[in-house]
Amino acid sequence: MSLDAKIPQGPLAEKWSKHKFNLKLVNPANKRKYDIIIVGTGLAGASAAASLAELGYNVKSFCFQDSPRRAHSIAAQGGINAAKNYQNDGDSVYRLFYDTIKGGDYRAREGNVYRLAEVSVNIIDQCVAQGVPFAREYGGLLDNRSFGGSQVSRTFYARGQTGQQLLLGAYSALNRQIHAGKVKMYTRTEMLDVVVVDGHAKGIVTRNMITGEIESHAGHAVLLCTGGYSNVFYLSTNAIGSNVTAAWRAHKRGAFFGNPCYTQIHPTCIPVSGDHQSKLTLMSESLRNDGRVWAPKTAAIAEQLRKGTLKADQVKEDDRDYFLERKYPAFGNLVPRDVASRNAKEMVEDGRGVGASGFAVFLDFADAIKRLGEETVAAKYGNLFDMYIQITDENPYKQPMRIYPAVHYTMGGLWVDYNLSTNVPGLYALGECNFSDHGANRLGASALMQGLSDGYFVIPYTLGDYLATIGPKKVDTSHPAFEQTKKEVIEHVNKLLALNGTKTAEAYHRDLGHIMWEYCGMARTEEGLIKAKELIKALKVDFWKNAKVVGENEEVNASLERAGRVADFIELGELMVDDALMRRESCGGHFRVESQTEGGEAKRDDENFAFVAAWEFKGENQPEELHKEQLVFESVHLSQRNYA
Amino acid sequence: MNGNMNLTLKVWRQKNAQTAGKFVTYKAEGISPDMSFLEMLDVVNEGLTLKGDEPIHFDHDCREGICGMCSLYINGHPHGPKRAVTTCQLHMRSFHDGETITIEPWRAAAFPIVKDLAVDRAAFDRIQQAGGYVSVNTGGVPDGNAIPIPKVIADEAFNSATCIGCGACVAACKNASAMLFVSAKITQLGLLPQGQPERYRRAQSMVAQMDEEGFGNCTNTGACEAECPKEIKLTNIARMNNDFLSAKLFHQEEIHEEQHGGA
Repeated sequence: MSLDAKIPQGPLAEKWSKHKFNLKLVNPANKRKYDIIIVGTGLAGASAAASLAELGYNVKSFCFQDSPRRAHSIAAQGGINAAKNYQNDGDSVYRLFYDTIKGGDYRAREGNVYRLAEVSVNIIDQCVAQGVPFAREYGGLLDNRSFGGSQVSRTFYARGQTGQQLLLGAYSALNRQIHAGKVKMYTRTEMLDVVVVDGHAKGIVTRNMITGEIESHAGHAVLLCTGGYSNVFYLSTNAIGSNVTAAWRAHKRGAFFGNPCYTQIHPTCIPVSGDHQSKLTLMSESLRNDGRVWAPKTAAIAEQLRKGTLKADQVKEDDRDYFLERKYPAFGNLVPRDVASRNAKEMVEDGRGVGASGFAVFLDFADAIKRLGEETVAAKYGNLFDMYIQITDENPYKQPMRIYPAVHYTMGGLWVDYNLSTNVPGLYALGECNFSDHGANRLGASALMQGLSDGYFVIPYTLGDYLATIGPKKVDTSHPAFEQTKKEVIEHVNKLLALNGTKTAEAYHRDLGHIMWEYCGMARTEEGLIKAKELIKALKVDFWKNAKVVGENEEVNASLERAGRVADFIELGELMVDDALMRRESCGGHFRVESQTEGGEAKRDDENFAFVAAWEFKGENQPEELHKEQLVFESVHLSQRNYA
Repeated sequence: MNGNMNLTLKVWRQKNAQTAGKFVTYKAEGISPDMSFLEMLDVVNEGLTLKGDEPIHFDHDCREGICGMCSLYINGHPHGPKRAVTTCQLHMRSFHDGETITIEPWRAAAFPIVKDLAVDRAAFDRIQQAGGYVSVNTGGVPDGNAIPIPKVIADEAFNSATCIGCGACVAACKNASAMLFVSAKITQLGLLPQGQPERYRRAQSMVAQMDEEGFGNCTNTGACEAECPKEIKLTNIARMNNDFLSAKLFHQEEIHEEQHGGA
């Protein structure tokens, strides 16, 4: 099986416009003859559903929450990048492209990333037109701030809740199409499988989470917009419900999984407080614009801070190590996320961690408050400070925040070509669900950009080409493939319901999380990964023997839902470990201890690893097969990332 | 054991919308004050599951106070005793050891019970579908800076736009009125230049849908504002009433002429 990314030929800046012209169109009168299934209603899913319905396609949209507005895009805080250059500070489409390729440590496709930078400007216009209340200057124009990994101010924001405002914008566009009858919305419905007919995706099988009914839905194409898989680590900044099930079941039906080991550990999260913890909360990267990251200079001072005999604001200036400013003077506190995270980890390993657990460093606003006043700081970050107070019972206006890295985003995902199509024709993956644009590390404020780019401005063009090729003739749910898939889903559900052991699915999830964080987290070694693989294999066997699921299928059953998701996470965990083991280089968020520079930075091996790893499922408990898509760099020169 | 708080919970259990519900008493033991309220329920549920009992069902997702999915009427208050927080951000340090906590679902005719503490808020979605948007298609829109918007207006619109659609306002209101929720969207879009062309149409269609869903009327008690986790202001309702009345009393063209000085 050869992997064709279908990157258009020609100069970088012309690829997308030429490609758009070359794509086939579906004539307006024929669009209503096509049914499109879209799973997930976050930024990618809601924007795709609205845009395709506006064009005239019939859309069926699915989400597991009680309303499409709940999708976890809503929790994104900091902002969205766009190469508008409103600040006259030297930004351009090319610079956004360059920063993103470099930030991703040269493991993303040039063509995709350039397109992303190109359409970024349209996204802002679109959102403003929808009534998204972005932050503005007194003159009435849009305000910007800067984010990690860049030296220009190109991030648009709505206080500390940009994701909420963008998602509600996309939700409103979706609502308009539901009202118009062009989108049929299915809430509290979980996708459990993809139906493949003669090699093409033709529908999905779902479970109604109120009645338990297992249903089939047919369409001309299936778009998965189901987000990332950070919850494989149990503790992450994702919502409790965020899961890999839709993507994983698609993988088991033939869709390749791209770069599963590329996960992003976000440097500024509220540290873990105890075993009861169910999730971690992010403190937006935007805080690094004004907050200064530091740790005490010596382990002795850190010890006093941990015991509580010394308060952070009592630590003398000379006893503080502003380690990011010291090591990276050009970027300072605004280095990319992977760099900031690894440095925090180093401080902790050096005995200089703070907080009761010792797993934290400080993010200090004292200087910003002195410079700008408490009121200005509150206006910029008030909601984040409030959240911090709620969770920790500490006041960041008086004492520095304690922060520590936590899993936040997954750059890996279903492998897609330039058209966002997986290797299974008719099956597409958008937003965080795909692997495509961020390489080995995502820059801040780029996830919202990619989700909306895929949904508003890419898929409306590329999907038409496929639909025009296959024609409007429809496969309906009476096809035997639907019956067969449905039967297999029911068998899987029954297998889960039959589990009557002694341990909850949540407890297994916690165990898996410990393994993943310990051996496949911020730093990975050959030895640790080999051990992790054994542990996960054993956990899987134990799960299917000793897990306990209560209740029946024909009712609301959170126990069953959780068990199904955890079972898939366990399988994914094993693949992530395989991928991390195979990639014997460090790049971006993937840090192999064996491969580092003298200064302790990630050391790539471009000669052997400048490729996308696309894994093919070969059957239950069989090793997956690796396919390589070689990355070709025509415009940028590969260099060691340097933020000093 | 994580902590040393022991609590008694009186929890509303109801199999589904068709069955009658009742309060059931549970013990929550070894609770840490650093746990969130939902993490405390997780602990109780883990125990129930291991005994083979059905866990207490409640809606939740992001657990950082923004998705609007969590609800719970705790000791007579939507989202519990603290102001301006959602249940997922409420921590057990707000309670004391030995306390009895009563936990109920949102109660409103327009929010039928799904199971236990979870209710069906689809009525909120239908109100938004009736007109909570600016009718623009993807593409072909003007540059984001083409229309300057005064900072105070943008900020005010943003304040209304922070509504998370949780339904606490309805649960708090003796009439189960949804006016705070509906008016927040009408105000956000009504303040912004992009929302002007459909301003009066929007007010009428959203209010009509709100009435059809069976939500009650507003009597200016202000319980919704007091309980709203995002502190949406009562003045939003005044704005909505103004737009709705204007639309009812005049033709749309007249309102635009009168309030905006003509085309």
